[in-house]
This record gives sequence, structure tokens and C-alpha cells, in this order.
Amino acid sequence: MKKLKEFIIEKAIFLSGSLSIIFVVLIFVFLVKEGVLFFKYVPPKDFLMGNNWYPLSTPEQFGMLPLILGSLLVTIGSMLISIPLGVACAFYIAEVVNPKFKDILKTGVELLAAIPSVVIGFVGMITLVPWVKSIFNLPTGLTALSGSIMLAFMAMPTIVSIAEDAITAVPRRYKEAALALGATHWQAMYKVIIVAAAPGIFAAVMLGVGRVIGETMAVMMITGNAAVIPHTFLEPVRTLTATIAAEMGESIRGSNHYYALFVVGIILFIITFIINFVADVFLHRIKK
Amino acid sequence: MMPKIQIKNLNLWYGKFQALIDVNTGIEEKKITSIIGPSGCGKSTLLRVLNRMNDLIEGIKTSGEIIIGKENILLPGTDLIKLRKNVGMVFQRPNPFPLSIRKNITFGLEIHSARSKDTLDEIIENSLKSVLLWDDLKDKLNSSALELTLEQQQRLCVARLLPVKPEILLMDEPCSSLDPIATGRIEELMFELKKNYTIVIVTHNMQQAARVSDDTGFMLLGKLVEFNKTEKIFTNPEKKETEDYITGRFG
Repeated sequence: MKKLKEFIIEKAIFLSGSLSIIFVVLIFVFLVKEGVLFFKYVPPKDFLMGNNWYPLSTPEQFGMLPLILGSLLVTIGSMLISIPLGVACAFYIAEVVNPKFKDILKTGVELLAAIPSVVIGFVGMITLVPWVKSIFNLPTGLTALSGSIMLAFMAMPTIVSIAEDAITAVPRRYKEAALALGATHWQAMYKVIIVAAAPGIFAAVMLGVGRVIGETMAVMMITGNAAVIPHTFLEPVRTLTATIAAEMGESIRGSNHYYALFVVGIILFIITFIINFVADVFLHRIKK
Repeated sequence: MMPKIQIKNLNLWYGKFQALIDVNTGIEEKKITSIIGPSGCGKSTLLRVLNRMNDLIEGIKTSGEIIIGKENILLPGTDLIKLRKNVGMVFQRPNPFPLSIRKNITFGLEIHSARSKDTLDEIIENSLKSVLLWDDLKDKLNSSALELTLEQQQRLCVARLLPVKPEILLMDEPCSSLDPIATGRIEELMFELKKNYTIVIVTHNMQQAARVSDDTGFMLLGKLVEFNKTEKIFTNPEKKETEDYITGRFG
């Protein structure tokens, strides 16, 4: 009897554990199954390199380049903001701030992650967008820049939290060695601690990138959603995610448009998968 | 001759706990002075106060004087950077930076933006030669210091102190993570270094103190019980506690 119970519990736990992997595989299989049909009608080259995304005009055009560039621009922009801010913040929390406030500060930063993205988008729309519009004297404030700034806020908690862990995990003896040689605290940080924590900081940045690329709601609300090839940060863009979210509802099931959106999904999936994988490799390296 | 380091009426508290009680002594130039005593007697604290590494600990308070080169280094205005440049430290566990061997040695020069008429390559060569590592490492200066054996790492930790030209080297149980053969070789290195540097070593290992040092201080419960020529301490100590400790009756 006891043996049977053990057996059932063991299998149940095994099943729960495997389920998450099975789901990932199933989702991927489903995406691919729906997506490959698309390439029967549109050659991959036109899809990946085409300049025009006009899914509803006749003839329909599915050039994904504007969407890829849109995602890329918003991601690069938000990383330019969140990497320096996030890493500096992580150093402040790990190395500088009075230990009494350390926990408060870290919890505060992590709370940022709890804000629903629609709220971030909404706040950005009301405050940041008009501000961008008037400062740069633009016809609209719904631009890649606005999206980058708001997404930087969303990437910050991930970057700060993981980078801070990495910095705190740097053995104390490195810092002692630097100080004993007459280094200032600042020199110890930027010459030794940052080098020792580099793999973790890199992983933090990758996970931040993953977060930004996959983000949908906030970008949809504040980037303007124009599927044209952007030339500067001050133009509206449309990201891969926003395209799926905005168009899936109105596409006809089984149409080329419908399949095209699945392919966009596959590409997103592959990008985030690679990013998370790389981050994981680096996080693993630290544990060793 | 004036001692290189003069300690007068030194008291030190961690919060309410008094870790050093009225320590008075003088440490001679270009000699090896070892400090022995049971765990928790304050020997590491005494060592770390000499380059103010204790400042990292919160709630620390000192009174008395430590005179190095005519200056009382316990005064609040002391230039810690200058002090630590002059008083280098080797730690219990080898702690080379996770950088290349070359970078480990040039680290001190970089942080002090020190200029020297020697080229960097000469400095690296000389530093490694002083710790007898040059022949082993000259062909792999760019590989990571963490790939070295523990003994080599500890030697490198000594070598990286030398480019900024310290006068005093503090060693906090430098051999405690090394095997006996490596320990012997580090001790030989200490004899070599004694020609140019004043060395203070804290050790758990009484035989080591007897082997390497010229002077020895015995500490117990925060007090420097006895300080004398090593020979005298180990053959004919004046205090009962010292005798009990070195004959192994406690500790």
C-alpha cells in the first residue's frame, strides 16, 4: 500500500515537472504547424526582407522588415536607457547604500515589475507622450523614443535585481584585496567587482532584453503602431508583438494574413528563446 | 634605532567588545615579526589595524597611537590610500583578482597612477622575480590568475604588492590554505623579502613562528602578553601564560 502511494506521488511529481517542457514544445509545434503553410504562398525572402506590411491591401504584402526594425529600435533604445541606469542602481544597492535601506530599495525596484504593463502604457500615454511631442516639436508623441523610455522602466527591475545578486555574490576577498592595495571604493568597484560580476550582469541584461522584446501592451499604446521602416527614434514604429496583438482579432482564420501572424510569432519565440538560453548559460556559469 | 612601527597604548573596540587591550610594542625594520596566540586573541585585529583594514567593520573604535614613519596612522585625517600603499597586506586565502596575471601586478600602479622610469614589462618581471615566479609564469602572463595553484596565487598576491613600493608587508596566516611543501617555500620567500621589507606575520602555527621570525609577540584575550626575540620566547619565556601556550598546555 505504502509502495503504491510512493509510486503515485513520484509519478505525479514527474508529470508536473515534465508538463512545463511539454507545453513549451507543444506551443512551438503548433506555431510551426500553422506558420509553415504561409511559406507556400509567400517566399521567405519577401517575408523577411520586404519593406511593406500591407496585409489587407490587394495584392497583400507581408514584408516583415518594418516590424523587425520596430522591435529592434525600441529594444535598443530601452536598453540604452536601462542598462546604465540598472547596472548603476544595482551597484548602489549592492555596494553603496546603507544596509538598513538595502532591502527597502531592492523591494521597491522589484515592485516596479508588479505594475501591469497596461498601466505603464497608460501612464506613458498621458504623461510622456505629450512631453515628447512638445519637446521635439513633433506631429505626434507616439514614437519609438516614448516606447523605449517606458520599456526601460519595465526592464529595470529584471536588470537591477539579477545584477545586484551577481554583484553581491562577488567574493568579499576581491574587494578586500583591492582596498588593501590602496584602491578607493570606486576603483574596487569598476576595476575588480564589475569584472568578477560580469557574467551575471550580462545575464541580467539579456533577461531585460527578453522582457522588452516580448512586451506588448505598453508598446502598442505608446509607439504609434505605424508599420513603416523607421529612420530615427522620433518616428512611430510598430513592433512584432504589437502586430500580432492588433491584427490577430481581425484576420480571417486560414487566410494568408492569419498564417503570417503565426510566422511573426515563431520569430518572436525564437528570439526570446535564444536570449533566455544565453542568459541561462551565463547564470549557470556564476553558480559554478 | 627607531622601530619601524611603534604601537603605544593601543585599545580597540568592536562595538562594546574590547578586542585589543593596551598594546605596546615596537616592530623592527627589515625583520620578520610574528604574532601568535589562540583563536580570538586579537592577533588578526592587531595586524589589520596596521593598515586600517578594520575600518571596513562597522562600530569600530580605537585609542592610542600607531606611529609609522613619524605619523600616527590612527588619526582620523590619515590618508588611507597612502597608508595602504606603504603597508601591503597578504590574506589568509590567496585572493588574486579574477584578471590576468599581468593585470594583477599592474593593478597597484594603475590605481595610484604611479609613474616609474621602468617600463611595465620590467616591473612585472621584477615583481615576479622577487617572488620566484618569473620562470614559471613568464610565458603565460595573459592567462587568468585563477588558473594558478594556490601557492602560486599566494606568491602572486605578494608580487602584486611590490610595484607600489611598500615598506611593510602584513601577512595574515598566509600559509593556512597551503600544503606543507608550499608552506616551506613561502617561508623561504619571506626570508628573501626580509632583505627589503619589514614583515609582520600572524600565524596559528607556532613552529612557523619559530622558524621564520626574528621577534615574536604572544597575545591572549586582547593583550600582548609577551614580546621578545623569537629565540627567547620559545626557549625561555618570561610569562607563565606564554610558556603554557608554547608547550601546548592550551590553545
